[in-house]
Amino acid sequence: MLWLQDVSITFNENTPDEKRALQAINLELPKGEFVTVIGSNGAGKSTLMNVISGSLEPDVGSIVVNDREVASLPEYKRSHFIGRVFQDPMAGTAPSMTIEENLAMAYARNKKRKLKPGVTKNRRQMFKEYLATLNLGLENRLKAKVGLLSGGERQALSLLMATFTEPDILLLDEHTAALDPSRAELIINITRDVVDKSGLTTLMVTHNMQQALDLGDRLFMMDKGEIILDVEQEEKQKLTIENLMQEFQKKRGSDFESDRAILG
Amino acid sequence: MLISLFGAIESGMIYAIMALGVYLSFRILDFPDLTVDGSFVTGAAVAAVSIVNGVPPAVASVLAAVAGFMAGCLTGILHTKGKINALLAGIIMMTALYSINLRIMGQPTLSMLNETTLFQQLESLWATTGIDTFFNGALTAMGADQTPSTWVIIAIMILVTLSIKLLTDYYLKTEIGLALRATGNNKKMIRSLSANTDFLIISGIGISNAFVAFSGGLIAQHGGFADVNMGIGMIIIGLASVIIGESIFGVKTIARATLAVIGGAIIYRIFVTMALRADFLETGDMKLITATLVVIALIAPKMVQARNEKKRRMKKKTELLQQKASEV
Repeated sequence: MLWLQDVSITFNENTPDEKRALQAINLELPKGEFVTVIGSNGAGKSTLMNVISGSLEPDVGSIVVNDREVASLPEYKRSHFIGRVFQDPMAGTAPSMTIEENLAMAYARNKKRKLKPGVTKNRRQMFKEYLATLNLGLENRLKAKVGLLSGGERQALSLLMATFTEPDILLLDEHTAALDPSRAELIINITRDVVDKSGLTTLMVTHNMQQALDLGDRLFMMDKGEIILDVEQEEKQKLTIENLMQEFQKKRGSDFESDRAILG
Repeated sequence: MLISLFGAIESGMIYAIMALGVYLSFRILDFPDLTVDGSFVTGAAVAAVSIVNGVPPAVASVLAAVAGFMAGCLTGILHTKGKINALLAGIIMMTALYSINLRIMGQPTLSMLNETTLFQQLESLWATTGIDTFFNGALTAMGADQTPSTWVIIAIMILVTLSIKLLTDYYLKTEIGLALRATGNNKKMIRSLSANTDFLIISGIGISNAFVAFSGGLIAQHGGFADVNMGIGMIIIGLASVIIGESIFGVKTIARATLAVIGGAIIYRIFVTMALRADFLETGDMKLITATLVVIALIAPKMVQARNEKKRRMKKKTELLQQKASEV
């Protein structure tokens, strides 16, 4: 499904600011697997997301989605089959357009856009049904400008827009980090429901270790551009935050930077 | 007075098409496109040269739009593929177009006085209908001492400008149109939804300049000549129309906003006509009048809003004071 081989990227090569953001990453995700990714700031989590989505091009390495090499495909072509939710609630929606127009744009993601109306009667009905699953009452505000929604509502809408066309890969880049705890929980619950229901192959970056442990079937820990820990299924269920910290110490010989990677 | 007002509405309807083009680039794509000063003349030049060389005026007008489309696409390509700043890309194209326009015309001014333009063709057709006599009769009955020579231009321009407005409204609601609007609103987002933003910007700026050049072609036929300098300050006129229209008529929906732009273009022409009737103002003061109008249109709504807000607060304050007084 998703397969990365020897993917490396270095920023500012041969300067004092050189940063090896990804160092020969190899990973293989079977269809339907839900992976959470943790790591301290600068570990390369977001770079990994950007390389998969196509907003960054790796220096070397191959990225294969569904037996198709995509490393040289521009972002807009990859997003036919890769859905994405950003950290910033403002980033995933068009604020001066209405909810139904935003959904119509997401709906056209895996099709060729044509010169026919984006919002039709049938589609509006379908959007309403999808929105109703969020339980936020957005289905009654189809014609409201998205800029009027709260951060949590916008993020829920972004999540819906990223997933309802059932992309091959779903990338979640700290998509709850900008929200307050109760909104974050809401978004996490929606995420769980959506991913469970449609069985999407998902990669979710988070700073929240408890979240990373609670969600998904597999966990990656990243540091200095490498995946230093890869825990699957049963093993992951037994993990605790303390285990993770010890694991990090063992691998790296230094303390996990816990100021940003908040406990629980 | 009546005649010059009539003329203002006439040319306002033609300039409205240019303003719709400016609306597309400035408001929809959030792309401050200065190509307009050049592409307006390109449209005029292409239409004039074609007509002088015997091309039917209707075809010549379409050719003008095509030329403008190509100029706009070039600006878009400079910006997206060449990564040149939007303002600079427009200035570069505007400068280049000055020379190109001169080449197209072969001389700085090209007269069409001996040719039949689109409006003249329609006028002769129109004259047989007797509609002019009817309207002018009505005007005279209302006490007008002078009557316009023909109503055909207004009639045809209402038809043409409104058709373009309706087409634009429809386009901006199609799947491609939605992606175009999102490109001006949030590029990151629409790219993550599989839209090719480069293509959308190039085609969007192309369409915008097609409108501008089409309007230029019609203005040339209306005035009977094309001049290499007729586009100077056109972008400000376009902006003035957009801003005046928006602040008077509002922008709630796309259909409303495009209608506001047309209204703004007509009101701008009426303002200018009235200003020029003042004894102390000369034709050369036009640009100053335009600049002043834009400044007023930009500042006035904010001042009104601030005043209303202040009034609202004062009202709340007195209410609170009264309430406290009654409690004591």
